[in-house]
Amino acid sequence: MTRRPRLPALPEAFDQWFAARGWTARPHQLQLLAHAARGESALLVAPTGAGKTLAGFLPSLIDIAGTPRRARRGGVHTLYISPLKALAVDVARNLEAPIIDMGLPVRVETRTGDTPASRRQRQRRDPPDILMTTPEQLALLLGGPDAPHLFGALRRVVLDELHALVTSKRGDLLALDLARLRTIAPGLAATGLSATVRDTDELRRYLVAQDGLAQDASRPMAALVTAPPGAPPDLAMLDTRERLPWSGHGAAHAINEIYAAIKGAKMALVFVNTRAQAEAVFQQLWSINEDALPIALHHGSLDAGQRRRVEEAMAQGKLKGVVCTSTLDLGIDWGDVDLVLNVGAPKGSSRLMQRIGRANHRLDEPSRAILIPANRFEVLECRAAIDAANEGAQDSPPLRTGALDVLCQHILGMACAQPFNADDLYAEVISAEPYSQLAREDFDAALDFVATGGYALKTYDRFAKIRQGKDGLWRVANPRVAQSWRMNVGTIVESDMLKVRLVRGRGKQAPARASGGGGLLNYPARLPGQAAGKPGYTGPLGRGGRVLGEIEEYFLETLAPGDTFVFGGEILALEGIVENEALVSRAHADAPKVPSYAGGKFPLSTYLAERVRKLVSNPRNWKALPAQVREWLTIQKRVSRLPAPGDLLVETFPRGGRFYLVAYPFEGRLAHQTLGMLLTRRMERMGLRPLGFVASEYALAVWSLSDVAGVSMDALFSEDILGDDLEEWLQESALMKRTFRTCAVIAGLIERRFPGKEKTGRQVTMSTDLVYDVLRRHQPDHVLLRAARDDAATGLLDIARLSALLSRIQGRIVHEALERVSPLAVPVMLEIGREPVYGEAQDHILAEAAESLVAEAMG
Amino acid sequence: MRGAAPAMQTKAPTCLTLGGVEFVADVSGALFHEAERLLIVADLHLEKGSAYAARRVLLPPYDTAATLARLAETARRLAPRAIVALGDSFHDVRAGERMADADRQTLADLQRGRDFLWIAGNHDPEAPAFAGGERRETLSFRGLMLRHEPMAGAGGEIAGHLHPVARVVTRSGGVRRRCFVSDGVRCVMPAFGAYAGGLNIRDPAFAPLFGESPIIAHVLGRSGVYGVGAHVCRPD
Repeated sequence: MTRRPRLPALPEAFDQWFAARGWTARPHQLQLLAHAARGESALLVAPTGAGKTLAGFLPSLIDIAGTPRRARRGGVHTLYISPLKALAVDVARNLEAPIIDMGLPVRVETRTGDTPASRRQRQRRDPPDILMTTPEQLALLLGGPDAPHLFGALRRVVLDELHALVTSKRGDLLALDLARLRTIAPGLAATGLSATVRDTDELRRYLVAQDGLAQDASRPMAALVTAPPGAPPDLAMLDTRERLPWSGHGAAHAINEIYAAIKGAKMALVFVNTRAQAEAVFQQLWSINEDALPIALHHGSLDAGQRRRVEEAMAQGKLKGVVCTSTLDLGIDWGDVDLVLNVGAPKGSSRLMQRIGRANHRLDEPSRAILIPANRFEVLECRAAIDAANEGAQDSPPLRTGALDVLCQHILGMACAQPFNADDLYAEVISAEPYSQLAREDFDAALDFVATGGYALKTYDRFAKIRQGKDGLWRVANPRVAQSWRMNVGTIVESDMLKVRLVRGRGKQAPARASGGGGLLNYPARLPGQAAGKPGYTGPLGRGGRVLGEIEEYFLETLAPGDTFVFGGEILALEGIVENEALVSRAHADAPKVPSYAGGKFPLSTYLAERVRKLVSNPRNWKALPAQVREWLTIQKRVSRLPAPGDLLVETFPRGGRFYLVAYPFEGRLAHQTLGMLLTRRMERMGLRPLGFVASEYALAVWSLSDVAGVSMDALFSEDILGDDLEEWLQESALMKRTFRTCAVIAGLIERRFPGKEKTGRQVTMSTDLVYDVLRRHQPDHVLLRAARDDAATGLLDIARLSALLSRIQGRIVHEALERVSPLAVPVMLEIGREPVYGEAQDHILAEAAESLVAEAMG
Repeated sequence: MRGAAPAMQTKAPTCLTLGGVEFVADVSGALFHEAERLLIVADLHLEKGSAYAARRVLLPPYDTAATLARLAETARRLAPRAIVALGDSFHDVRAGERMADADRQTLADLQRGRDFLWIAGNHDPEAPAFAGGERRETLSFRGLMLRHEPMAGAGGEIAGHLHPVARVVTRSGGVRRRCFVSDGVRCVMPAFGAYAGGLNIRDPAFAPLFGESPIIAHVLGRSGVYGVGAHVCRPD
């Protein structure tokens, strides 16, 4: 904020409305109003419960109410964008109160994927004053012919939960669409609503048109309005009376204490990091639920209808506890939550604070949260996160560089809207903050991709999707191109998901649940009237059953029919896979395979990692740690050492005829995995005969047949490991192929359902892996491969972070050659054999299967 | 996550016997008869990429070049006297019109100095005029019938058409790869084309083809072909 504007007065009707509620307008609400009155864009940073949403809409309500209808140009006055469909609907509902109370002539409507076609058409013909929607729906509207009619008179855009939107490709797409809106409606002002973030300047730049040539300091920014922070949170770490586990991510050891905390609260949210943990914690809670507390489960794989039922039950105060993943991190206040329990690693301080904010939405009272570490390293992480949260230190990720695949989708969308001039579109694109540094040649490469695939071999001219006319304008080649674009708008690409459908087992009667009993009636998945399985079901693999949710195909690939797993809080047996559905039955099993499907696997933030390293290095910092953890670190100090914060500790020791190397970078599992892959390659070349590796959030262990103790660690960890080895491995990596598929879908190379998803009769499926293999051999610099590599650097492979690690530890590696395993090494050593080999060593798997064939044949 | 060390020694050639006739199952997905120096490939699906492009799915236009380059490399290594392509060599009847000059040249070079036989497939009842070689519905070789589509109840045969893939899962993880599938009488070959998809060998389409004797999936690895019992392969 450069200067404090004089606060404007509210119009009388509004003043009275506030007064009737015993409220007065808050300073940040009035400041935002002042900026709006001057037509300025602004970012409002405010904690939960500060009246953020009302602040965002107040200027619109006042402006619309103050202008006689006939004096207004037709079209939408204010556009509201939310990351969640449900949030848009919820906010629209909340906005009705002041409009009805004051009798304002303001029409508010939502537009989501659920809006019926008739209403969409009517909205085009007769637009509402305020339209509430999602980034994907906005992209669709801007790609249609009505965009100038709808948005020509647009005055304001309100972007809710902006901090959450900008960290993904959705944020890239939204930035491009915001740029287009500014072209259609030049007088437009944008208002961003955000939780506290590390760097507000980034978000302020995101809201306004950028000038690509400007230097960092002089780049245009929206005004900043900051609401005062709420009461400091009341944070504690569970000091368990039980033995703290050495490894793993479960909370079994603390389940009684978690249960007691839920019992003592009005309503508790139990946050976990993965869907697998959610399932496990939910199971464990029910197995001890003697009071039949209404405890429910909420995660992204569950059927949407089921999630809605849980949310409604929360809103009505019918639940005592909800076990959930990041699906409940954002937005909507579903009820009177007064306690947050965070099971496992908090991962980042901003993440933790967002979750804590879900408890108690009154500003003047502290939010109460208890952190429950699942193992010893997580104790350190929890301690560091609590300290950071108490200091208010933020570590939200830096803003993205706009992705090329998203740009490709946008260019095609703009051609669908109306013919465009490439120079004009380029100028518009680089006015969007994430694309402000985009080179013209990269824009041209994306344009070429959209037109004819962007191939060096020019054979597809006659199949072009968009063509340049004699007038120099680019337009779609035919209406089917636009239709296909509309079907594929958006940047969220799910992995191949299969529906999980409940059928009866092979002639067995579905057995009763282990935890048994009527208590389950409280579990909203089976509220009365929700019969499990419909009548008229036709056979052992009939298709009549209820859909429980969706699950990643690659998880199911590890299961054979008859295998059991936990899903949606119950134990299920896989009966078979028919087309795109996994048919399951209820089962009773003592040791179900726990679903290890991905979800919420965020790495430990760089900031928190640094704090953990500091915490470990100095015994004076250990006072706040549980006695078990102090003892663990003390013994480590005696038998090996504790690394100084800037150093990398590497231990080597023999064990069971093998030689182990354990390193402790604390840089997150993704970066460690990549490092493990590269280290084993290098050790192979050095003749050390490595056998395998395992990575955790904190450490990395590699084992080999030859002793690594004599090797120079500086040479082993030298930065050039990121050269040819990385490139060579990357090419073949299954992670890279998955990343490529996502880019190919977003860019529009292939359709979301491509191919063989509508499996008809014979399932000859051609996968994008084949396309990737051909493309990387023949045109390694293709725009889609570049997009996939950019994603890999920050995504599944976290190369950016690995690279920072390697340069940080140059000359700072401390090697301890030990006689036996150290206390610090135990957690990562326990992971060995617990997790499956990643899909890289394909021949190894085939050889193993072939050997078993030989063994079988030889009797 | 745990990873196995990447290095792998090269495997000895895999022998595949059909009605007493011995072949080598090559890692490229071709079958080779050493004494006659006969190389057999199935389902090249040339110009599949451009067929998609015609529907405006602009897949990289390099699949024909990639498939032919792999065939040329295999031919250099094994020096066959004759090559038989078991049908569906061209993705559709107009594939020839779309094929680039450079690829036509590669094909012509491949055919020079050896016999080249195109067996008719359902995608390519006719081969393009420039394609050279000889055209046949079927070919008989040492008591085995070489044809595109396998025929249940027929005697010993080598066929393609089904694009078999095997899904192999062990404690170490799982892979889905192309494979030869055989019971010692009949062999269904893996598709050779770069863009040819795969059909799991547990699909009902395979069931009527194979009898009581053990069915082996000869799975294409990176550096060799691995024999795995079909009964341990997983459905998709």
